[in-house]
Amino acid sequence: MDREIAMMSHVFDWILVLLVLALAWRSLNDCDLFRGVIQFIALGLLLAVAWLRLRAPDVALAEAAVGSGLTGALILSALVRMRQRERRGVPASASSDTSRTLQSGTSNRSRVLIGALSLALLTALGWAVFRFSAQSSGLAVESLAKLPESGVTNPVTAVLLNFRAYDTLLEIGVLLLAIVGVWALRRGERPGDDLRERPLLMSLLRLLLPVLVLAAGYLLWIGASAPGGAFQGGALLAGALVLGLLAGLAGRFLRRERLLRTGLTLGVLVFAAAGLLALWRTGGLLQYPAGQGGAWILVIEAAALISIGLTLGLLYLGGRPEEEK
Amino acid sequence: MPDTDHRLYLVAGAALFAIGFYSLVVQTHLLRRIMALNVMGSGVFLVFLTLADRTTGSVADPVPHAMVLTGIVVAVCATGLALALADRVQAATNKVDVDDGPDGSQDATDAKEARRG
Repeated sequence: MDREIAMMSHVFDWILVLLVLALAWRSLNDCDLFRGVIQFIALGLLLAVAWLRLRAPDVALAEAAVGSGLTGALILSALVRMRQRERRGVPASASSDTSRTLQSGTSNRSRVLIGALSLALLTALGWAVFRFSAQSSGLAVESLAKLPESGVTNPVTAVLLNFRAYDTLLEIGVLLLAIVGVWALRRGERPGDDLRERPLLMSLLRLLLPVLVLAAGYLLWIGASAPGGAFQGGALLAGALVLGLLAGLAGRFLRRERLLRTGLTLGVLVFAAAGLLALWRTGGLLQYPAGQGGAWILVIEAAALISIGLTLGLLYLGGRPEEEK
Repeated sequence: MPDTDHRLYLVAGAALFAIGFYSLVVQTHLLRRIMALNVMGSGVFLVFLTLADRTTGSVADPVPHAMVLTGIVVAVCATGLALALADRVQAATNKVDVDDGPDGSQDATDAKEARRG
């Protein structure tokens, strides 16, 4: 029986890996760009399955929401925007047909050359990873030994917000920089409100949006002891925001730019303030007072959740919201 | 899962990276290049998470998990920024292909035209 299960999981691994590789290849080299993007989204979902198979449920949650969902939505909306602009009368001389860019540009000879280079890269990398020692215990032992001191029982949350909190602080800073860059580059279009003409979808959204927000809060809370946390919750919040934007429900909210800016910077500010406060109290940056780790982590995560959700959701607009006329 | 075939996943990570690299160089459409970068990132994540799962202890190593989690969120932010940049490229040059021909002259003339217009 055990042998049968081992055999089954072996077959499962092979099918999963082959599907992932095939989808990766097709998504990037399909002659129809739209089909490529759809395959890219499917690739993200399959990767989430792979993360589960590799015992990384925290990562799988984030991948399913962000990697496939949000990235796919971002690329799809960019594609639609590009096609609209092309249709809006770009001179015919411009050789950019977004719908069918069939093998344009790169000549066959350089394709062969780059293909050979990529194969060499694959061989070198494959050989390198194949030879990694299987005997390493990584940092699992150390981080699990210190887990009781961290204030949470989910080791991934402990690493993210206690052991390596410095990383996470800077990462929230990267998020802020990205949205500042996007806002500086362009103004976001007001999303089309044709959804209002579809009452069924609207009533579904009215039910779905509160549940999504609630689920985001739940993920934040449960992240202390089980897979979940600010990133997964923030991704769900971003999904809710994108749906709201699509349905034209978030218009009034978007016009309050000061509120948006506060929300976007809240994560960095609270995180940095907590770090400084901890420095004053214990003498170490982000070294929480003994026994209070859980509460500190929850406060920081709550602020980070809002910033992450807003940042990722507003990225979908593709620019700074339109000002009120 | 002790029976997971880790070497299969490790090599698959390297293959994802190579597929992404090939497409990044060969494809000229900006959206495809952005997707290719994402696929390369996924290859790195796959290697990282496989190594986390392969540790000798009974549970997976949480440190790579935290890093990949961070990496996924940073990757989507970088994608958003790259898409905004691609949009600006299209607005300035009327094209979304960065194909610069055999000697790179086409891009230069296009940019000149865009400046004039």
